[in-house]
Amino acid sequence: MERGTLLGRLSWQLGEVAATKPETARTKSITLDLPGWKGHRAGQHVDVRLTAEDGYQAERSYSIASPSEEAPRVTLTVERLDDGEVSPYLTEELRVGDKLELRGPIGGYFVWEAQMGGPLLLVAGGSGIVPLMAMLRHRAVAASTVATRLLYSSRSLEDVIYRDEIEQRMKSSTMLEVVQTLTRAHPPGWTGYSRRIDLQMLREVAWPVEQHPLTFICGPTPFVETAAARLVELGHEPARIRTERFGPTGENHGRK
Amino acid sequence: MVENKLDGNAAAGILQEIFPFEMTLAQVTCVGCGTNNMIGATAAYLQAMGTIVRCPRCDTVLIRVAHIRGNYLLDMRGVRVLQIKEG
Repeated sequence: MERGTLLGRLSWQLGEVAATKPETARTKSITLDLPGWKGHRAGQHVDVRLTAEDGYQAERSYSIASPSEEAPRVTLTVERLDDGEVSPYLTEELRVGDKLELRGPIGGYFVWEAQMGGPLLLVAGGSGIVPLMAMLRHRAVAASTVATRLLYSSRSLEDVIYRDEIEQRMKSSTMLEVVQTLTRAHPPGWTGYSRRIDLQMLREVAWPVEQHPLTFICGPTPFVETAAARLVELGHEPARIRTERFGPTGENHGRK
Repeated sequence: MVENKLDGNAAAGILQEIFPFEMTLAQVTCVGCGTNNMIGATAAYLQAMGTIVRCPRCDTVLIRVAHIRGNYLLDMRGVRVLQIKEG
């Protein structure tokens, strides 16, 4: 399906779990084989649907973590929510070889492609790192040198998703800077921030307003709203700030 | 009742069940305040009964969409004009 033609209405498809990988104590990456997957853009999501034996269905949206270049393999990174309806199944029950019903890719608004340029500011809260990681992975595959800064807020070092990969990308990419903040606990000798994002932190980390950066913010709703409001206060153009709220507690949104 | 406010992206799934276009980039003109916004930039509320899209400026309900017993129900009285780019 080439660009410039009708998208076609979304339809459900069955994918097969090819691999699973724990990222942190509560998050797991799930790689699916999706025959017929035509690719996607970094930042898009899929809807996953579980059907119980009695016919009860639950749907949730999950951001795609992998770059499009890995199609027809698609990776989702899911955080297990204690009272979740779908995430406990995905993170604890799903096994390699199992089938999963999903549809996508969805959403052309919260998307970054290398040709969109920058400089790029990515602001992630908790599991909000997932779509932004897809952007970083795409950026690497596209060998893009767009100046990029990632501000990533997590509760503690153990909650940092993709920790090793982020460190490795920081070292191997000259135009990529990563700044972290740990809000609940930090190790001795920690050189990053150790508080929730606020005006001063964003003033220090964000690109100068005159450079007209493109900004993507993703995470729990209060986090996203704080970051977006503070950036606008600093003078950044609202039209160049794109947000993806995950919901009040960070629960991946969906409808029954 | 806790309002679960999300971005317009969250409404993309159900809108794309109906419209074969990239709906988060579609523009809606609000009957309340007259501003033009991309659906991706609006506020979306996902409820058991359906999805509600509100104007980010004035909170007017732009679109209500539900999928009930084999029917799609679309209330767009809050939208003066829906502009969809082809391709």
